[in-house]
Amino acid sequence: MTTATRTARHPSTLVTLWRSTVGKKAVMAVSGLVMLLYLVAHMLGNLKIFFGPDELNGYAHWLRTLGEPFLRYEWFLWIARAGLLAAVVLHGVSAYQLSRRDIAARPSKYVHKRRRASYATRTMRWGGVILGLFIVWHILDLTTLTVNPNAEHGKPYQNIVASFSNWYSCVIYVVAMLAVGLHVRHGFWSAAQTLGASNARREKALKLAANGLALVLTVGFLSVPVAVMTGVVS
Amino acid sequence: MNLTLRIWRQAGPDAPGSMTTYKVSGISPDMSFLEMLDTLNEELITRGDTPVAFDHDCREGICGACGMVINGQAHGPERTTTCQLHMRHFKDGDTIDIEPWRASAFPVVKDLVVDRSAFDRIIGSGGYITAPTGSAPDAHATPVPKEAADTAFEHAECIGCGACVAACPNGSAMLFTSAKVVHLNVLPQGAPERKSRVRNMVAAMDAEGFGGCTNTGECATACPKGIPLPSIAAMNREFLRSSLG
Amino acid sequence: MSTVNTEIPYAEYGVGAPIADAKAPAGPIEQRWDQRRFEAKLVNPANRRKHTVIVVGTGLAGGAAGATLAEQGYHVVQFCFQDSPRRAHSIAAQGGINAAKNYRNDGDSIRRLFYDTVKGGDFRARESNVHRLAQVSVEIIDQCVAQGVPFAREYGGLLDTRSFGGVQVSRTFYARGQTGQQLLLGAYQALSRQIAAGNVEMHPRTEMLDLLVVDGRARGIVARDLVTGEISTYTADAVVLATGGYGNVFYLSTNAKNSNATAVWRAHRRGAYFANPCFTQIHPTCIPRSGDHQSKLTLMSESLRNDGRIWVPKAKGDTRPPAEIPEAERDYYLERIYPAFGNLVPRDIASRAAKNVCDEGRGVGPGGQGVYLDFADAIRRMGRDAVAAKYGNLFEMYERITAEDPYRVPMRIYPAIHYTMGGLWVDYDLQTTVPGLFAIGEANFSDHGANRLGASALMQGLADGYFVLPPTLNDYLARNPLPAVPADHGEIAAAEAEVTDRLNLILAVNGDRTPDSFHRELGELLWDECGMARDAAGLRRALDRIPKLRDEFWRRIKVPGTGQELNQSLEKANRLVDYFELAELMCLDALHRAESCGGHFRTESQTEDGEAARRDEDYSYAAAWEFTGTGTAPVLHREELEFEHVHPTQRSYA
Ligand SMILES: Cc1cc2nc3c(=O)[nH]c(=O)nc-3n(C[C@H](O)[C@H](O)[C@H](O)COP(=O)(O)OP(=O)(O)OC[C@H]3O[C@@H](n4cnc5c(N)ncnc54)[C@H](O)[C@@H]3O)c2cc1C
Ligand code: HEM
Ligand code: HEM
Ligand code: SF4
Ligand code: F3S
Ligand code: FES
Repeated sequence: MTTATRTARHPSTLVTLWRSTVGKKAVMAVSGLVMLLYLVAHMLGNLKIFFGPDELNGYAHWLRTLGEPFLRYEWFLWIARAGLLAAVVLHGVSAYQLSRRDIAARPSKYVHKRRRASYATRTMRWGGVILGLFIVWHILDLTTLTVNPNAEHGKPYQNIVASFSNWYSCVIYVVAMLAVGLHVRHGFWSAAQTLGASNARREKALKLAANGLALVLTVGFLSVPVAVMTGVVS
Repeated sequence: MNLTLRIWRQAGPDAPGSMTTYKVSGISPDMSFLEMLDTLNEELITRGDTPVAFDHDCREGICGACGMVINGQAHGPERTTTCQLHMRHFKDGDTIDIEPWRASAFPVVKDLVVDRSAFDRIIGSGGYITAPTGSAPDAHATPVPKEAADTAFEHAECIGCGACVAACPNGSAMLFTSAKVVHLNVLPQGAPERKSRVRNMVAAMDAEGFGGCTNTGECATACPKGIPLPSIAAMNREFLRSSLG
Repeated sequence: MSTVNTEIPYAEYGVGAPIADAKAPAGPIEQRWDQRRFEAKLVNPANRRKHTVIVVGTGLAGGAAGATLAEQGYHVVQFCFQDSPRRAHSIAAQGGINAAKNYRNDGDSIRRLFYDTVKGGDFRARESNVHRLAQVSVEIIDQCVAQGVPFAREYGGLLDTRSFGGVQVSRTFYARGQTGQQLLLGAYQALSRQIAAGNVEMHPRTEMLDLLVVDGRARGIVARDLVTGEISTYTADAVVLATGGYGNVFYLSTNAKNSNATAVWRAHRRGAYFANPCFTQIHPTCIPRSGDHQSKLTLMSESLRNDGRIWVPKAKGDTRPPAEIPEAERDYYLERIYPAFGNLVPRDIASRAAKNVCDEGRGVGPGGQGVYLDFADAIRRMGRDAVAAKYGNLFEMYERITAEDPYRVPMRIYPAIHYTMGGLWVDYDLQTTVPGLFAIGEANFSDHGANRLGASALMQGLADGYFVLPPTLNDYLARNPLPAVPADHGEIAAAEAEVTDRLNLILAVNGDRTPDSFHRELGELLWDECGMARDAAGLRRALDRIPKLRDEFWRRIKVPGTGQELNQSLEKANRLVDYFELAELMCLDALHRAESCGGHFRTESQTEDGEAARRDEDYSYAAAWEFTGTGTAPVLHREELEFEHVHPTQRSYA
């Protein structure tokens, strides 16, 4: 048995992991959690908007000079971006491949329909897609500023205000924030289960944590467009 | 009671199937669901129609043979096996939909009968402890802590009915597989094969065409033996540990 | 020696040569098994692959045998009619398994288990076999624990045991109420490992319909693929039947619905003697039938009798709800008739007493076929929680089935057919009278004599499969020339034709009665005339009725569909054909054995206090019946039983 174990382990653990449903799901969980971590930080950063333009813009500048002189200007940012990109791609690809497999494993539906908890899975799927599209739009809006009405580099505060002063952009954001909430609500607990962190005793606590996290993120993110729309921030 | 049954009829594995409607009358609330189907079949036979094929044997909720989706729920409204479900849980005049387990790893053989041999192959891939007859030490050579023994028992209760797969929106066999992995991996006797067991069983599960787990928890809700959802987390833990550690 | 039975004229059965030798080695009983194993010839491990062994059945006996033979290197071809080997009827066993481990140091020993089993069997079992069973019992527990069977344990991590079936020592190992399931899964997992390794070729959903005998040896089976209906023949060097008991001949029993007698009966027709068919066991604590729709009976652990009190109303036809029947008008009949043992009298006594009060018209529940098992006193004495802790799961099961709450309303129980001690006659090697055909588990006439003790069937099934059969089969294969059977051998074509014709005949009748309706009728007849209490008149009525019923079957049976598909009605009807013949032999056996012993109670043979009266001078033998043709008189071969170690005594519980 031990020899079998060794030979089975050596060729490439990662390949075997990636090939198995459980392993691929773990990749999805880890990449998801990485993005989740980013979002928490990002949400907190965004809240600086309530302390005025200088605070937020300063923060944006600091992000770029972070790590100097060891790192050069914007290096930290690019490293983070690389990480995020990897996460989003791995996450998206595994999500896609697993979803394909899951649908194939249950080709014919039951004639007698019930509202099933597969609700969670379905929202995860389209919610994820919405998030993917949003991220693209969002980067064009506030990073590359391609679609931003204000488009002033180094001035995120003004850009954000500009962005949220037209209704369709607000709609996009609000929808995306709700998607984030739903996605994290199931995603966080799901990741714990996938990575084997859950057990009979922790199950409840983890579900609570997931709901809390989802709520905080959504509210935190939403506060910004709402503030702009209500004129609290301008 | 008088009931209207809408039952999935399918002549053979490759034949097309469809829901067919039947009326049954004089059903006693004390009948088990299978006895209600017996009553229908007796009628069908005397009429010269082909009776509805369904798997069953012990009719005590322990062999795991009986399995059908009743009104969209595996094993029906109560948390038990179909043979232990009694008609008193239905009302006179009800319409009841009866369908086979649905999963591409469980192809329909006929009517409500499906092929669950994939489960046997999963067990064969590692769901055992290698102990050739005669090689065993005295039973008391290795004491087993009570809670390990209890956990093992709780998971060994799985009857291999397949309701977890039938209920899972992804036709996933995670609950079934984790039940056996946990049963054997918590025991000292199971330790030597601990790593290869989980890895081989997960590989077999994937090879059989079961879906992945999206942690929707439908399986544990449907399981007549109450195999708990965290067992899946435990198996994931065992799997990751065995591949990484 | 035994006087010729004067009760029934010779015409009804012939008497053949007694069975002189059952192949048990001579010498001290403790050494016989060692002796036999030592004398057994061995097959060179290198040659084992070349030997194919067919094992029919995947229960405790078959599962254990298949796995073990494959581990030893034989090529095993195995069959079961369920969709998976894991679903064999053994899965349903609840109470536990006996073993003379003496872990409790309470005076148990191999000798005591041996003694209890011979005595419990009412001195109708073969001493050598029983002693071997007791010896092997010890290894079984070790084997199962090594496989990961989760037996109940104490806080110290050591195995827990309980006392079961009225024995004084605590030697029963258990896994909650699911001992059979856990033991079977252990065997099934070992078997699955061998299947995956390619050493066992497993055929689920395949039913053996005949035995292939070539040049006087069992060389294979004819089987039907239950999905495609295809009939094919599988050849081998030896055939092992582990096909379980025939309790379902009664239609209503605690056995799984599909358990049946076809395999053993077809073997019987091919020359294997059938021993003691009338030795059937009734279990006293089953849930009564709730109506004509009843399809099977559910057993509840006997342990309930430890604290429950059994009673019926004193007055006939008293239909008041139990709560309204005052103490003075209740008859706690077991406590009244058997003051010493009260509610704990052995299975057969408790069962007969229940039947008697119901026959008097004092039965309760639907159809008056039930007696109360009352926990009111226990709840008063121990408190509800203590009762719940002890019997909670049983109470739940009862409530799920009956929708009555045993904490408030007394349970209703009634006896049901539970186990069959009779079966194919086997010698010490577990070989039948057809060379190369072995029978293990409940399928053989077993080591339980006229009555099986609780928790001893699991022990016997696993003993046979894991430890007894492998060496004796080894010996058979090593000693005998077994030239391959050519695929075009005449016997194969003949056997297949016979099987196919029979199925076609059934399909051709196209009458107006369903298989179940016939099975119900046959079952009720047997239950009335060959059930808990039997007498010559009733048995003759049955013997007169059964052939008529069989004729009616061949005129009126209706089976829709064809033989080339999954056809469950055809399976049922086909099994019925064998049940009719078996039922007849059971009644004849019961009629010829004009004594009472164990599960076989002849009202003509009882002591003044209604106790079973054995007649050792006339009946101290196993009755092995030889088949001579449907409806023609079978031939009786007696195996005289000697009791050197346990001396026959009349039991008394009064
Ligand atoms: C409800 C209940 C509770 C019990 N509790 C206990 C207990 O607590 N303790 C105890 O010691 N005993 C108990 N018993 C008795 C015990 O369970 C059985 O005697 C024992 O399990 C029989 O095992 P077996 O392997 O001989 O046969 P089975 O387990 O019956 O297996 C028969 C096998 O043969 C196969 N088969 C049969 N016919 C054919 C055919 N024609 N073709 C192909 N395959 C065939 C079946 O598919 C099955 O795999 C109980 C029995 C019942 C009914
Ligand atoms: C690229 C766009 C995205 C897609 C297509 C996507 C899709 C999915 C899908 C289908 C799942 C599986 C649901 C389940 O298994 O229950 C999932 C899980 C998850 N997603 Fe996303 N998602 C995306 C973006 C994100 C983002 C931005 C985050 C960060 C908040 C995130 C966090 C998670 C987490 C934590 C999980 C749980 C992983 C697990 O179940 O093991 N996802 N995602
Ligand atoms: C209303 C809520 C949000 C606001 C106001 C907001 C604001 C911003 C701003 C101002 C930037 C540019 C920062 C800079 O370039 O200095 C940015 C970048 C980014 N945001 Fe958001 N964001 C919000 C929600 C989200 C959400 C929900 C996600 C993810 C699902 C997200 C993902 C990103 C990413 C990936 C970047 C690019 C980081 C980089 O590469 O520089 N944002 N966001
Ligand atoms: S886990 Fe539960 S539902 Fe799944 S097979 Fe086992 S018993 Fe049935
Ligand atoms: S229902 Fe399916 S998705 Fe996972 S939690 Fe159960 S296997
Ligand atoms: S028939 Fe055995 S579990 Fe239902």
